[in-house]
Amino acid sequence: MSQHYENPEITFQPDHSGGTSRIWKIFWVLSALTIIELALGYFLYLKHGHLGYTTVLTTKCVIAILTIAKAYYIVSVFMHLGDEVRNLIMTIVVPLVLFVWFIIAFLSDGNSWKNLRNTDGGSRPNKMEQVEKAPTENETHH
Amino acid sequence: MSTTAIPTGTKWWSGGKSPFNVSYGKVMMWYFLMSDAFTFGAFLISYGTIRFSVNHWADPNHVFNAFPFAGHANLPLAFVSLMTFILIFSSVTMVLAVHEGHKMNRKGVEKFMLLTILGGIAFLSCQAWEWTHLITGDHAVLVNGQIEHWGTTVSKNPWGPEVLFNGKEIATPGPIAFGGYFFGITGFHGFHVFSGVIINITMYIKTKLGHFDQRGHYEMIEKAGLYWHFVDLVWVFVFLCFYLV
Repeated sequence: MSQHYENPEITFQPDHSGGTSRIWKIFWVLSALTIIELALGYFLYLKHGHLGYTTVLTTKCVIAILTIAKAYYIVSVFMHLGDEVRNLIMTIVVPLVLFVWFIIAFLSDGNSWKNLRNTDGGSRPNKMEQVEKAPTENETHH
Repeated sequence: MSTTAIPTGTKWWSGGKSPFNVSYGKVMMWYFLMSDAFTFGAFLISYGTIRFSVNHWADPNHVFNAFPFAGHANLPLAFVSLMTFILIFSSVTMVLAVHEGHKMNRKGVEKFMLLTILGGIAFLSCQAWEWTHLITGDHAVLVNGQIEHWGTTVSKNPWGPEVLFNGKEIATPGPIAFGGYFFGITGFHGFHVFSGVIINITMYIKTKLGHFDQRGHYEMIEKAGLYWHFVDLVWVFVFLCFYLV
């Protein structure tokens, strides 16, 4: 028996006759993505200090992209947003595009603060940090 | 009303029907979750801004390397992986409860709601252990030429850059913002998990009392499910920002 109830807001009843195979498939997808993320995290940990700035940044970007993929599967399948009508999807997803500029603007502002901190014009790094910075060269990004 | 495919060319905005094809309650839950996403997003971006603005930040592989009953073993990422899988699994049991609700199967909903509640409690217990471990930690820090022993709190960060002192490497105080952001953001998320568990317990009781059978549908389980999946969704990003990178 499937649920059918009269609701004036729902013009077309969604189809709920499917099984649970899709849910379990997404569970395995999420687990696999998490394991890949952890593997990359361990890679960064084990090779700490032996990797170039670009390699570290690239690996971190890959981890971030995998996280966004996980978010997509959770929202689309577990929260059933992918099964809703386009109007509802758009009213949720389009405002979130603001995050793109939000992230770019604030992180680059933070980075700019760090650069100013390390110049003569700004408040210079304290002695402790200068001592620390001498042996290791790539302290620009963590 | 029957389950039919939505005809192409349906005039959603011509009046007489909801252009979103879902109940008012569900639309409002989505809007609430969207605003909550901006709150969490603002917290995490603020954290990122501060982290980008300093020369040294605590290395998560050193801060979060403990596991219950493992003593001083160095196990980076292990405990937080366990917490992540607990939350993913409780998300699966939640979506299975929603699925049983669609089939009007009260016993199935009860079973999966119970499993979801247990998953939530397990996650909260893990977080309680992690916080206790960090706050009561004992790390040697060089402060004004003296060695002090600090835990990680909102006012103390023993994970600063290391310097040589009497021939030994010793940490100096790190940026004070670390504890504030960590406890603030994971605490706000933990509070969401806690309220999610309370909501799920309420839904479990209502299911057991047969309220949804009387109502003729299990839509409340769907709405509680949206909230619970959102909690999992936020954790995915907290996991990324605090533990992985």
